[in-house]
Amino acid sequence: MVELCGIELRHRVINASGTFDAIAARRVYGDALLENFPFAAFVSKTITLEPRAGNAPQRIWETPAGMINSIGLPNKGLEGFLAEDLPGLAELPVPLIVSVMATGHEDFKRMVAAVAEREEVAAVELNVSCPNVHSGLIVGEQPAETAALAAALRPLTAKPLIVKLTPNVADPAAVAVGAEEGGADAVSLINTLKASEGPVSGGLSGPAVRPVALAQVRAVAAAVSLPIVGMGGICNGADAHEMLAAGATLVAVGTESFRDPRAGERIAAELSARLSQGSLT
Amino acid sequence: MGKAPAPWGRRLCAVTGNRASGGYRLFSLLDRDGPEPRPGQFYMLATARRWQERGGRPFLPRAFSVADADPEGDGLRLDFLVEGIGPGTDRLCALEPGEEVWVNGPLGNSFSDPGRAAGAILVGGGIGVAPLALWRRRLAARNVPARVLLGFRDEAHSGGLDDLFSCCEVGLASDDGHVGHRGYVTDLLAAMLEGDDAASAAVYACGPPPMLDAVALLCGERGVACELAMESPMACGYGACFGCGVPKPGGEGYLRLCVDGPVVRLG
Repeated sequence: MVELCGIELRHRVINASGTFDAIAARRVYGDALLENFPFAAFVSKTITLEPRAGNAPQRIWETPAGMINSIGLPNKGLEGFLAEDLPGLAELPVPLIVSVMATGHEDFKRMVAAVAEREEVAAVELNVSCPNVHSGLIVGEQPAETAALAAALRPLTAKPLIVKLTPNVADPAAVAVGAEEGGADAVSLINTLKASEGPVSGGLSGPAVRPVALAQVRAVAAAVSLPIVGMGGICNGADAHEMLAAGATLVAVGTESFRDPRAGERIAAELSARLSQGSLT
Repeated sequence: MGKAPAPWGRRLCAVTGNRASGGYRLFSLLDRDGPEPRPGQFYMLATARRWQERGGRPFLPRAFSVADADPEGDGLRLDFLVEGIGPGTDRLCALEPGEEVWVNGPLGNSFSDPGRAAGAILVGGGIGVAPLALWRRRLAARNVPARVLLGFRDEAHSGGLDDLFSCCEVGLASDDGHVGHRGYVTDLLAAMLEGDDAASAAVYACGPPPMLDAVALLCGERGVACELAMESPMACGYGACFGCGVPKPGGEGYLRLCVDGPVVRLG
């Protein structure tokens, strides 16, 4: 057993927000999904206060060792999520972390309060870094803004608040310090890197970004004492192990799940084999 | 044709054949674990070797409609039609018997039963003839009459014609006139629908977007039921990435083509 902010987890691998739809996957694969759920916790796709249809196609573009996405946060909105998706997500055999995003403190407060009060929800992730939506960029690019948002939300719940950091800043460690000062319980990084190729301008993910993620996790780990969920191009146990060595407590898998739906459990098994061979340095 | 879910996750399947077919390649995999696919369903495919081994491309698996499926040995033979147009399809074109392919599927929905409609019309264009081949075979097995109209750009883009539709009468069109009507396959459809009772017809189409637009327009004008097997760039195939959004026909917002399609019903 490992834990993140008091949440007990079977292993150290979870999913990156927006890269696995457990409800859709259960429709496709049936209850076998629940019997061999790939992640130790499930992070929802980011929800917003109002429903969003998402961006017009084309939304994705393959790049060398990665992909660019411009999905645009399609979601059912807060009410739709609570009414239609939360019951299904509560049936998952792992703790649920809900990712939320809003354009200002008042909307963020409404969302965090409404989500955190649900007993099905173990923790809340704050999306302040999605490069596809302007409002997400602003807070997450500024240490003071990030600190102010975390401080505004901190009194609303005793449940863990995880701040998802953007990599599209000169000094992500400074923003992480802001999150810690504001009272966040953990940080997760990296989100996608701003990128553009072919018809798609959006966020780059996949193994192409892994060295960037490792460098930023290392920098953040040196600057804060919060637990870190490290992600960015993790494809196997060796990648996960290196991310833990850089300072992460957990790793999250995103794009690799598109290639291998059960990547999370494969990586967890590979990581476990590596960890049993020797302690982390 | 059951509705058993796809096995959870991806699995390795051996390549049992790969041959030229009218400018395209037709390759076969032996699937020992998956359920029988329904016509219109697709698989996400990536080779086990030389697919992102040293980084680079191809990186993501590629979505392919299944063109035929038959019990073989201790499994199911799955046939796929592929045209090499980029790093992923080029790699699949070069498949050699004995090597292995990561397979995820069958995924997505399927063509729906024409019911009492006497006039199932299958309209295919280019590489889009693939799912119609399996659909025609399944309909024929149930003695449901189906008329087939296929269009190709030119001789180098007429894959599957001889291999997948050799057993039946097919109305043909080609852009360059090398075979059949010189022009679009939708010209043939328009003529066919003129003589039809709209209420008894059901059209199933797969092909390039302009062809599907024309089919939708023809059927819409005549009140003919119509199903389009569509295509979109797709990273995962099982609802995870939200990359395959296409505008909802006649509505607001987007469909996720992998889980809401690939077959989209109109009218």
